[in-house]
Amino acid sequence: MSFLFQIFQPNMLSQPFMVNAFLSGSIVAVLAAIVGFFVILRGYTFAAHALPKIGFAGASGAVMFGVNPLIGLVVFAVSGALSIGLLGKRGRHDVITALVLVVALGTGALFLVITDNYATGAYALLFGQLVGVSGSEVVEIAILGVICIGVLSFLYRPLLFASILQEGAEARGISIRLLGMVFLVVVGITTAITVPVVGALLSFSLMIGPAATTQYVTHHPFRSMGLSVSISLFTVWSALTLAYDTGWPIGFFVAAISAIIYCLARFTAKRNPITFVRSQMKPKNL
Amino acid sequence: MNRETVLELNHIGVQFGNRKVLDDIHVQVKAGEFIGLIGPNGAGKTTLLRVILGLLSPTKGSLQISGKPVLHGNRAVGYVPQKIHLDPNTPLRARDLVGLGLDGHRFGIPLPSRKRRQQIDEVLSAVDALSFADAPVGRLSGGEQQRLLIAQALLTNPRILLLDEPLSNLDIRSAYEVVRLVSRIGREKGIAVIMVAHDMNPLLSSMDKVLYLAKGHAVMGEVENVIQSDVLSELYGYEVEVLRVRGRVLVVGGEETDLDVLDLVEGSHCNGGDVMIQ
Repeated sequence: MSFLFQIFQPNMLSQPFMVNAFLSGSIVAVLAAIVGFFVILRGYTFAAHALPKIGFAGASGAVMFGVNPLIGLVVFAVSGALSIGLLGKRGRHDVITALVLVVALGTGALFLVITDNYATGAYALLFGQLVGVSGSEVVEIAILGVICIGVLSFLYRPLLFASILQEGAEARGISIRLLGMVFLVVVGITTAITVPVVGALLSFSLMIGPAATTQYVTHHPFRSMGLSVSISLFTVWSALTLAYDTGWPIGFFVAAISAIIYCLARFTAKRNPITFVRSQMKPKNL
Repeated sequence: MNRETVLELNHIGVQFGNRKVLDDIHVQVKAGEFIGLIGPNGAGKTTLLRVILGLLSPTKGSLQISGKPVLHGNRAVGYVPQKIHLDPNTPLRARDLVGLGLDGHRFGIPLPSRKRRQQIDEVLSAVDALSFADAPVGRLSGGEQQRLLIAQALLTNPRILLLDEPLSNLDIRSAYEVVRLVSRIGREKGIAVIMVAHDMNPLLSSMDKVLYLAKGHAVMGEVENVIQSDVLSELYGYEVEVLRVRGRVLVVGGEETDLDVLDLVEGSHCNGGDVMIQ
């Protein structure tokens, strides 16, 4: 029992910053898992990797100008997403993503140097920290999170259609370009609110890890999304608890836990692959 | 049989800058007709499809579908895209892919209902895909995926089914199966079928008419009348020869070898020597 008390310290949730961390972490976990489902389906993993770093530059800029880092995160991540969407050529985003990323990182480095003694703040933004989220920020994160989930539910069908059958969706009157832009903006906002909790370097593991894991377990879209959300919540909750116990960065635990779960799922799937039977119906005479 | 005209192209012309991609295409398609849209690369096949889908406005001429002007996202036209590249782990079942054809353009999350399921089952059964309805779509074969794409296009009860090179990634047996399937569905439901193909041979026994496109010009008619050396030579603007070998048709160009010959070599699994024209 004492061992369990060491992991789940009873006073953990009596600390206001831990309550904030759990609340914002949970919102972020749910959103990142759903966004991740589409990120993988559309092959946007590089953009999902780049946007947190682009947001990081914005946060250091915000610190330099003395404004709320969350504003800097949102502004940079969303403008980064818009640039990638606008300048990318019909589904090919790799090169432009890389360019936007290096421009942002360079600017971020400049902001950090000008701000001078921002090393601890930068460290927290890169790797995440437990006291990273204040009470008012929880509200802001919740609002942005709910908006993103609302947009994704509204766009669910056209987004799925366009991700799987782009030409078919276009023929049915869906504006592929507009849809892609809106989705990238959602990825940008998701990124921006994930960074204060998990950190810029590793927040992308929360977006990709759970969604990639479920592909080895189910091919049912709703179950897949539900399972992603559960894995994501489990990852964030255990990461927060372990970070509280050890004082190690949350980002490390998020990355390590999602990688372990992914490997377990992949290993299990290799031993018991998802099988399907073509039922023994005789095809009609063609 | 007096069938209604479902597609009317009136002297359609499409120009990109100075380049005429389509010139004076004048064609009528009737309900239930199976048309093979044949032509070499760059002949304007894809452009013509985009015009019919309403994704591209012609620079000249006009078109009507069932007597109405063409709108973007027209439900009267079912579109079967060329191919899908899906990761084997894509988290979708065959029926989810097909369901996109029913309401993929609507907003919100699809609510499962008996009616929705029934409609999807119906088209799955029309393409003989019920047996793998719940299989992960990324693990299915090219021919099976092609059938799902056709099912997806049938869900809007279209008057015209447009298939963009559905045979290009299939082995010869699956190709013949897809052609027979589409031809049967077209006849049963009175849907006009326009199938784009490089190689017309798999279509020969099923198509009512051929729409042959070369250098932006088109001729349409029955295969015996259109696929003739003199007709096609005039279309290409240089001497081509039509050869009929063992029930197969080859179009051989004067200066450049037409792709039909190459396709035949690949498609029929013979080695190059077998189809050398003696």
